[in-house]
Amino acid sequence: MPPLLLLDAITKSFGAVRALRGVSFELQAGEVHALLGENGAGKSTLIKIVTGAHLPDQGTIVLQGRTVRSLTPATAHNFGIACIYQQPALFPDLTVAENIALRLEPGAAFRRVDWVVRQARATQLLSRIGARIAPETEVRRLSMPEQQLVEIACALGAQARIVLMDEPTASLTQTEQQLLFDVVRELRRSGVGVLYITHRLEEIFAMADRVTVLRDGQSLGTRKVSEVTESALIQLMVGREIAQLYPPATGQPGEIILSLRNVGCSAGGVHGISLEVRAGEVVGLAGLVGAGRTELARTIFGLTPADAGEIYLRGERVQVTSPQQAVARGIAYVPEDRRRHGVILELSLAANLSLASHRRLFPTTWLRSGAERALAFEFIRDLDIRGGDPDTPCASLSCGNQQKVALGRWLATRPTVLILDEPTQGVDVGAKSEIHALIRRLTRSGLAVLMISSDLPEILGLSDRIVVLRGGTSVSELPANSTAEEVMAAALGQADQA
Amino acid sequence: MRQYSRELSVGLALGVLLVGLGVYAPAFYQAQPLLSLAARAAPTLLVACGVALVIICRQIDISVGSQFSVCSVCAGLLAAMHWPLALALPASILLGTSLGALNGSLVAGLGLPSIVVTLATMVTWREGLRWLREGAWVDLPEGSQWLGLSQSAGQCSLVLLSLVLLAALAWAMKYLAAGRFVYATGSDAQAARLAGLRPQAVTWAVFALAGALTGLAAMMNVAQSPQVDPNSGNGLELKAIAAAVVGGVPVSGGRGTLWGVFLGVVLLACVGPALTHLHVEAYWEKALQGVVILLAVIADGERRQGG
Repeated sequence: MPPLLLLDAITKSFGAVRALRGVSFELQAGEVHALLGENGAGKSTLIKIVTGAHLPDQGTIVLQGRTVRSLTPATAHNFGIACIYQQPALFPDLTVAENIALRLEPGAAFRRVDWVVRQARATQLLSRIGARIAPETEVRRLSMPEQQLVEIACALGAQARIVLMDEPTASLTQTEQQLLFDVVRELRRSGVGVLYITHRLEEIFAMADRVTVLRDGQSLGTRKVSEVTESALIQLMVGREIAQLYPPATGQPGEIILSLRNVGCSAGGVHGISLEVRAGEVVGLAGLVGAGRTELARTIFGLTPADAGEIYLRGERVQVTSPQQAVARGIAYVPEDRRRHGVILELSLAANLSLASHRRLFPTTWLRSGAERALAFEFIRDLDIRGGDPDTPCASLSCGNQQKVALGRWLATRPTVLILDEPTQGVDVGAKSEIHALIRRLTRSGLAVLMISSDLPEILGLSDRIVVLRGGTSVSELPANSTAEEVMAAALGQADQA
Repeated sequence: MRQYSRELSVGLALGVLLVGLGVYAPAFYQAQPLLSLAARAAPTLLVACGVALVIICRQIDISVGSQFSVCSVCAGLLAAMHWPLALALPASILLGTSLGALNGSLVAGLGLPSIVVTLATMVTWREGLRWLREGAWVDLPEGSQWLGLSQSAGQCSLVLLSLVLLAALAWAMKYLAAGRFVYATGSDAQAARLAGLRPQAVTWAVFALAGALTGLAAMMNVAQSPQVDPNSGNGLELKAIAAAVVGGVPVSGGRGTLWGVFLGVVLLACVGPALTHLHVEAYWEKALQGVVILLAVIADGERRQGG
């Protein structure tokens, strides 16, 4: 039986950049094939070639035994190729049923819409993947994981033979991931070929049958997952050995910097949260999506001010009612969703770095470009920001480097408390370990770090203590040497049994 | 260099037009008509700068034309009451600032969409003025024209004033923190808030500043004629928006420079006289301006895809 999809010696260049240099690859029916590689390794380009968004410069594409000369999005669709992107591409103002219908129904403009059939099909597809979503819900009311489930329902409805998934778990919590994994396994059982792209190695070992590693636009070969180890894969991806995944904790933590007592915020849906962060330690904030982690961060930063409980900074009781006050008191918050909120894409690297510390850098309200450039060069060197000089717009940096800029902006304010929200989401393995090392280095200089992360290994590897939130309140505090199972049990509310 | 590519291409188009005129219609380069043209364009330049700031902030202000009319009539009435320029000018600026600040309060304070707010204020001011004044022109007293100077000296000072203000604003946008805040707010208001800025205050201030510039521009317009036309601001908002767009300020905000806006104002202002001098019927002026705007937007679209 020929493979569902065969790519042979595909090359693709964008101007001077050679994104793919002769990649060969095959996908069998009924397998989950993981595609692994750092950002910029060529994964996205490969996906776009398979979906017909880009034409390869050279090489052949064979779909179900037939050589396809010029693959367009329409022909890809006819061959049963469906792609589920990291950010679901749904219409937010239309209902779930309408979104599914738009993908599946023919495109004639004046055909009559059969609402009963439309609704019934949506219900049936959603129940097949075990999603409890009402078809008449508007998509903008759905959470990110629910939107991804709708995307998968579309792929199912289109009778897709080949499903591409581009980092589908990037914004999901562990339970939601499990649900997604079940759906993927179900797809595999029904003979669909799944091409699965991820940064998270543990997912590959949990689900994939084979794995292909890309580096610098070249394939480093396909291996059976059962025959490789995690460290071997990392080594292949980055081309160097990452000695230690997580840097060790350093010394004894100092005085208590930030202390929350029964803090609540009705607007943010958090209540009764108590925790302490000492100088020089990383406190990991774990919990499911919706447990109130980001909401707590926003409350501490004054975006949704606390309306209950007490916040102490260095033992002094404070009221933080606006981000300006938070900055003035030495609290820094690096938000999640960096492409939207972390950096301002149109501004230059230097402008982004100085944006939160204008008062310190430019006491006269004049922007002294000398001071700003000096700051930019300092952070480019210290944080090892690559891919640009101070005048480069942030839009042209890679994800990992944008995150370093977002981090640098807040370090420039010389904070005493640093709140990190998903600091390495969507960042490749190499940049990830750099950011981890950086966080450790910062704590060594006395910074108190509160880190929110849905990446459980990251929480376990980097935190000195772990505070678990559930249902908008803090439920337990675990030591650094806790296991993933203990954290999950607390997050899910099974702490007593564990 | 690349970040100023738009300014360069508009400058190039303008250069081609000016050289072409030099070759085919050297009559265009006569000092007095040219100075009159510049003096007529000076108020437009200030209004366009204000509107450009609003657009960079990812808002829009279509009420500046009505603000202009209200301020013109008010300044004219004050002048007719023999108020000295030193009082009438600040009064006009203050009135413009309050009208702009009202827009700003509604947009930034109540979070209403700026297109709706300024559409409402545009109609309110224009119709209110028509009801109050019944379309009557205001006669100005002898000697109030040209700021009490000779015609050419008056024109020179108006042009010079607008250029100085342009330079000051352009400098502020680049070298004052406030300018950076406008770009940041226009790029992404939520991200600006998370960076500890106050995007609402920035938005309010930008509307108020646009109003102040409009008030000043109105006074500069009043100074150019013996009578004040209550409809003098009609269509000015479109001219200003067109100049900003031609000058490379994208309607999506966050980018653009006031030097680009300056080039846009000059280019659009030259189209009409150029046609006259090239013996093309003046009816084509508006159509040609439309073509220029379309070309600018197309150039924007290409850049977005490229970027």
